[in-house]
Amino acid sequence: MNPFRKGIAGGIPIALGYFAVSFSFGILAVKGGISPLAAAVISLTNVTSAGQFAGLTIILTSGSLWEMALTQFIINLRYSLMSLSISQKLDAKLPLWHRFLMAFGMTDEIFGISAVQKDPLAPSFMYGAMAVAIPGWVLGTLVGGLAGSVLPAFLLSALGVALYGMFIAIIIPPAKTDPAVLMVIVLAMVFSCLFYFLPLLKTVSSGFVIIIVTVVVAGLMAWLKPIEEDPDDA
Amino acid sequence: MPELYIYILVMAVVTYLVRMLPLVLMRRQIRSRFVRSFLYYVPYACLAAMTVPAIFFATSHLISAILGFITALVLAYKEQSLIRVALGACIVVFLAERVLTLVGML
Repeated sequence: MNPFRKGIAGGIPIALGYFAVSFSFGILAVKGGISPLAAAVISLTNVTSAGQFAGLTIILTSGSLWEMALTQFIINLRYSLMSLSISQKLDAKLPLWHRFLMAFGMTDEIFGISAVQKDPLAPSFMYGAMAVAIPGWVLGTLVGGLAGSVLPAFLLSALGVALYGMFIAIIIPPAKTDPAVLMVIVLAMVFSCLFYFLPLLKTVSSGFVIIIVTVVVAGLMAWLKPIEEDPDDA
Repeated sequence: MPELYIYILVMAVVTYLVRMLPLVLMRRQIRSRFVRSFLYYVPYACLAAMTVPAIFFATSHLISAILGFITALVLAYKEQSLIRVALGACIVVFLAERVLTLVGML
């Protein structure tokens, strides 16, 4: 099978998952007063769940553009590590435009299936996965945005936890084998609650809470418990 | 609402740069163990902070949210797929809220 078709095959389950999750993103966006089309534009231009979710909060609370830029930078910083990792798997003679194009589809899941391909990674593998996963992400947003307004409240309430469910599905399995990751998760949840409930900290906007908690907890644990030197660990 | 598209532009440009720059500029691994460790922990810290306490206010009732949260934790611990964990939590919230409605708590 050529790499493009192999990428499509790997991208189909990702597309299905994206559809379900971006569906709830579309609902949330429309609930906040953003049109379904604008929500789909966000999904098409960003293709990132956590970043879009945080970005939506900043838009809806009329946060500053600096807050937006900084939040996206911190939340999506992990993509830098993924891009770094993938850059090690590419043919050194690969034309530069491939790197520009592949970067657009560097999501947690597409990275996941690409990282386990054997070296050198064919760019067309990622293009195949992107060709199905990204439309799934954008269409899910659009349909969620359109149907969300006609769905009854009890369904919206149930779908409200979909995105969080996906986040939990990403962070829990590695925590089973890596106590440091478990520690990071517990600390981040506790700190984030402190910001929500303590009188003075409560005034910090939610976008910055995510940045502060992430930098403090990841920094603290990187200092206390640096990872083993394994380039494939990311 | 032109301001909305300025927000979206900033989001998209920053997100793309974060993905593109290392792929285009860096041809070797980061050496600093601290930076590598920091980057390794970032997604876990960030996703955990975004989930709690926000998930507790994402539904119509605190009880259904807590049940949905526990369901997601259990399914994730059993290493179910992203879809199953997400839908499992949704279904439990849905069922819990039907019961809460029946007993007059919602």
